[in-house]
Amino acid sequence: MTTQRAAASANAERTEQEGEAVTRRHKRHRLETLRALALGIGFPVLLVLLWDRAVAITDTRLIPSPYQVAVMMYDFSFGGVYDDAFSGTILIHIWKSVQRVYGGFFLAALIGIPLGMMIGRIRILRQLLDPTISLLRPIPVTAWLPLSMIFFGLGPNAAIFLVFLGAFYPILLNTMFGVRSIDPRLFEAASMLGCSGAAMFRQIVLPASLPAVFNGLRIAHGFAWILIVVGEMTGVPTGLGSVVMDGRTLSRTDLVITGMIVIGACGFVTDRIIVVISNRLLSWSPQHLE
Amino acid sequence: MSNAPQPNILTIRGVTKRFAVGDDEVEALAPVDLSIPQGEFVCLIGASGCGKSTLLRIIAGFEEPTTGSASIYGKAITGPGSDRGMVFQDYALFPWMTVHENISFGLRQRRLSAEEIARTTDEFVKMVGLERFAERYPGQLSGGMKQRVAIARVLANNANILLMDEPFGALDALTREQLQRELLQIWARTGVTTIFVTHSVEEAVLLADRVLVMSAGPGRIDSDTRIDLARPRDVSSPEFNALRRDITRRLTSHLAPS
Repeated sequence: MTTQRAAASANAERTEQEGEAVTRRHKRHRLETLRALALGIGFPVLLVLLWDRAVAITDTRLIPSPYQVAVMMYDFSFGGVYDDAFSGTILIHIWKSVQRVYGGFFLAALIGIPLGMMIGRIRILRQLLDPTISLLRPIPVTAWLPLSMIFFGLGPNAAIFLVFLGAFYPILLNTMFGVRSIDPRLFEAASMLGCSGAAMFRQIVLPASLPAVFNGLRIAHGFAWILIVVGEMTGVPTGLGSVVMDGRTLSRTDLVITGMIVIGACGFVTDRIIVVISNRLLSWSPQHLE
Repeated sequence: MSNAPQPNILTIRGVTKRFAVGDDEVEALAPVDLSIPQGEFVCLIGASGCGKSTLLRIIAGFEEPTTGSASIYGKAITGPGSDRGMVFQDYALFPWMTVHENISFGLRQRRLSAEEIARTTDEFVKMVGLERFAERYPGQLSGGMKQRVAIARVLANNANILLMDEPFGALDALTREQLQRELLQIWARTGVTTIFVTHSVEEAVLLADRVLVMSAGPGRIDSDTRIDLARPRDVSSPEFNALRRDITRRLTSHLAPS
């Protein structure tokens, strides 16, 4: 075939220039990565410097300096400075919060993804549930706090429920949207190739809506970490949210900020993990790669 | 082409189609009758809105006729089936599957052995010349390659009618010419009955055994012209040009002078 011959001659030409072009491209790519790193790290460093100067100039006693927070962070992680109830307890707090964040998050995914797919595909279900969902969705999660404490009592279950509520709607809505925006031609193509029923769900609906599902999961995962402080207001003794609340009660702002930073770091690291997983699963999708 | 008459693979009797548009109904197809012998290459040509795509979609089983019947070897069409393979203008490949997985999709729906699926798939990957791209995703292919995958996908699944809805309409001229040549080679090799919708007279005369000119309001088949030129056809020959003129005239005769 002519294409192959043309491709062969183009190939030969390409190998000559390839080496040079590849090195140039790699060099440009490395420079780009370095710059992204420098800017990405430089900006928060700048913010910390500003914070330090602002505390020094105003001579406030309400906000600790970055150094004081760093000492608190060290004590929270390893102990040996203040030797109080919070010294060296970081891991237990992280572990408790992770359990609640992911308890609520996975529960939301477990219910939200299948339900979203069914609502997206089945008109009767959409007519039945869509108005109710639209009504419940704008209610702030914090407003559920009193009721959740009545339902689940004081303890981790109320926290898990609140995280679940916050994570549920983005997962559900993105999944519904993803399913509804599948190109109808794909269903026609699949059915003419002999695919139908449950196989259609597994082989077409699920993978085709996966990019939207992952967008929902990522937003929901962010909310789950945001809600951990609210969730742990429900009177649990441990967890990063309860550390922040305890810090407030004790007027220990260094502890509050330490808790905030740890929550931020946990959210950041786990978000990167989700991005890596989604990039791997969605490598076929040209719009999705970061 | 053999001269022995082939049995009709497709028979369409009095098929009409009405669509509801708001409170109104639009008659997309007036009663259409059509028989296509096995192995024939038929082009449907006409202005937009003449019902050529609707007719194709009825044959595919994606739409039901309002009245009348369409049947394959006497068996009524009741829905999409693997005996009829549609090639869409916008490809409709599964973007999360590689070229290989797209082509094996139909085979994987039937409980065939892994070996058989792999062997058949490789054969069709090779037929459309995409061996080097078998592990690529559709998003990484050019339009021409995507359309090759779409053709291989339905042929690998044993389709004996190939339904093509302006398949090369979105391709550049060079790629289109090449795919036309390749399609004719595939058609000659497999003997697959092909119904090809186009709005290019030249494409129709180049490819088809038979050109059906359709006109709108409501959609109907106006004329049925045999193209008896030997293949490969020379688009600059006087015979070719005579046929092209003839079909262009049929195509425009029903249009009101503007």
